[in-house]
Amino acid sequence: MAATDTATRTPVPTTGPSGGATRRKGRLLGRNPLGLLFSAPYLVFVLLVFAYPLVYAFYIAFHDFFFAAPGAQVDRPFVGLDNFASALSDPAVIRSFGNVGVFLLINVPLTVVLSMVLATALNRVVHFRTFLRVSFYVPYVTASVAIVGVWLFLFGGSGLVNEILGPLAPDPSWLISETWAMPTIAIFVTWKQLGFYILLYLAALQAVPKELYESASTDGAGAIRSFFSVTVPGVRPATVLVLLISTVTGANLFTEPYLLTGGGGPNGASASPVLIMYQKGLQQGQPDVASAIGIVLVALVLIIALLQNRFAGERD
Amino acid sequence: MKKKTALAAASVLVASFALTACGGGGGGGSADGRGDITIWYSNNEFEVAWGKQMVEAWNAENPDEQIKGQEIPAGKSSEEVIGAAITAGNAPCLIYNTAPSAVGQFEKQGGLVDLSAIDGGADYIEERSGDIAEQYQNTDGKYFQMPWKSNPVMIFYNKDMFTAAGLDAENPALSTYDEFLATAKTLVDAGVAPNAILPAPSSEFFQLQFDFYPLYAAQTGGTQLVEDNKATFADDDGYAVADFWSSLYRDKLSAQEAFQGDSFADGAAAMAIVGPWAVSVYKDVNWGAVPVPTEAGTPADETWTFSDAKNIGLYSACENQATAWDVLKFSTSEEQDGKLLELTGQMPLRTDLSTTYADYFAANPSYELFGDQASRTVEVPPGPNTVEMMQTFRDAGSNAVIFGKGDVHAALDDAAAEIDDIATKP
Repeated sequence: MAATDTATRTPVPTTGPSGGATRRKGRLLGRNPLGLLFSAPYLVFVLLVFAYPLVYAFYIAFHDFFFAAPGAQVDRPFVGLDNFASALSDPAVIRSFGNVGVFLLINVPLTVVLSMVLATALNRVVHFRTFLRVSFYVPYVTASVAIVGVWLFLFGGSGLVNEILGPLAPDPSWLISETWAMPTIAIFVTWKQLGFYILLYLAALQAVPKELYESASTDGAGAIRSFFSVTVPGVRPATVLVLLISTVTGANLFTEPYLLTGGGGPNGASASPVLIMYQKGLQQGQPDVASAIGIVLVALVLIIALLQNRFAGERD
Repeated sequence: MKKKTALAAASVLVASFALTACGGGGGGGSADGRGDITIWYSNNEFEVAWGKQMVEAWNAENPDEQIKGQEIPAGKSSEEVIGAAITAGNAPCLIYNTAPSAVGQFEKQGGLVDLSAIDGGADYIEERSGDIAEQYQNTDGKYFQMPWKSNPVMIFYNKDMFTAAGLDAENPALSTYDEFLATAKTLVDAGVAPNAILPAPSSEFFQLQFDFYPLYAAQTGGTQLVEDNKATFADDDGYAVADFWSSLYRDKLSAQEAFQGDSFADGAAAMAIVGPWAVSVYKDVNWGAVPVPTEAGTPADETWTFSDAKNIGLYSACENQATAWDVLKFSTSEEQDGKLLELTGQMPLRTDLSTTYADYFAANPSYELFGDQASRTVEVPPGPNTVEMMQTFRDAGSNAVIFGKGDVHAALDDAAAEIDDIATKP
């Protein structure tokens, strides 16, 4: 950032018409025109795969829209906020936003705390370091579909968890309990994604100066005090990233309620907005209402991201 | 700057996960076109075997109009794959795996050819399938699907478990609701299986086809869930069926949690509610089959059930629709229907099944009941909103019937009122 500022202030010679043209060209293409060439493929990818669908989804959300065969004559009138009204007057949709709120309240803090603590511990461990890192990472790279099967056996009514808990097991069991279904999913997702976030924190920990730990030790700080006074502030940028990514991926929860609780059951207690979008958009032929739900979801997540960045981000 | 970058990145990330959409391109087929065509069929081994022999038989006789047969591409469901193919304009000419519940949407998308508009189309369908074909018309009386095959749903029961529980395994008492519940209680109390019967209690819209709907069809003598844009089930018949299932869940004769695997094959349930496809699957079980129960008990030869049919769609993206129509007729000929029966055990939707293929049923008596039952099957209601109506019903049913939340009859009344509104949507 500082280098850029300095460069901006560097006087540019303006002698004659050719100097003006160079300046205009420089202003248009920036100081490193070759950079544009290198970044162009990704820019095109972002525009085509992310930006275009987003804009198109806005269009869909404000029109009476359904997917049609090429050449089919269909009328797609502008309907204003009708699709939003239809979505937000549906109790199942409202409930799904509440459900994902519960999910985020459990998943995001748990993810941040566990991944930071485990990364710190892994950073210090001497023996079996690679084995432990791989162990944490394996669930992340394994397909949800495969792992869900294992969790269904673990958390089923007669599963291992209930066998261990005995009379303390909840009735109805975890995945068919309106109280426990969403927390169980939140714990599953936390566990599954943990390896990725640990990796982020491990990278961030390498950037924390060792001298700070030595100074803290000299000042009499123990391991816990060092963790809170050196590690936590030292990895703050990583924490913001983990908060953002876990919130965004959490808000897009789909596979787990689709598979783990049989389509968002029981009684919609684990249905997520994206699951409802899937049902309405793909199964029920209402992509317009599904897009409206998506727009609302985007807006809500952006607000959360803004708040996270405001309160957890760096103050400068 | 960092905040702006982070927010911009978050915006793109959120948008990319939450919102994806695709639009249509150009294309379209010709009604008179002749030439090579592509067809999709189901990916289960029995139907693949049937599909391959059908394609071979056609190709041998028609060198200028060859069929390229493929298994339907993998996806979350066949219906989503087909819906995407319609939108993209690359659907094949014929798909031998078109679910009736999705046909209304495919028609609305402009993805299907009106078979009634083909010369002799409606006559061919009605001649082959008889009166039952009417259920496969859209609300305007047109055929956008060719009724192909059904899997009439019945009650399978494990004879060994019945015997172990001291029940008559050859003539099980499963005809009336009272008999069924008493039998179920005996089975569970005897400890021969943890569940008497275990249809999937999950929330997917199609699950109602394997618990409420077959019994409702039987109880009403063949009434659809929705007729003339009005829900039919909020009456004494619907209440009786819902109360029956509610009793099974309340008395712990059926679990509220889905079983991981096949509950009948794995011995987790003494009964199952399935179609004839299961005959080849349950080879290791000593099973018997009876029609689904009704409140008062109905003779087997008068009992209705859910069809669990899969039909054939001729898709509008097909360039050689004349060839496709000929292939459609060839593949639903008496000979090919016989092959279908022989290779898959599924029932072609044609009249006089039992007499047309008398030799097959004589050689395979376990299929005889299904052959007879195939003439009395009910289909899901037609129209573009079928899935939404079914999901509405399922949500209400799950809540009240399976999980015992609220009054069962009131839940059906509420669902019926909601479905009445949905049914009239364009």
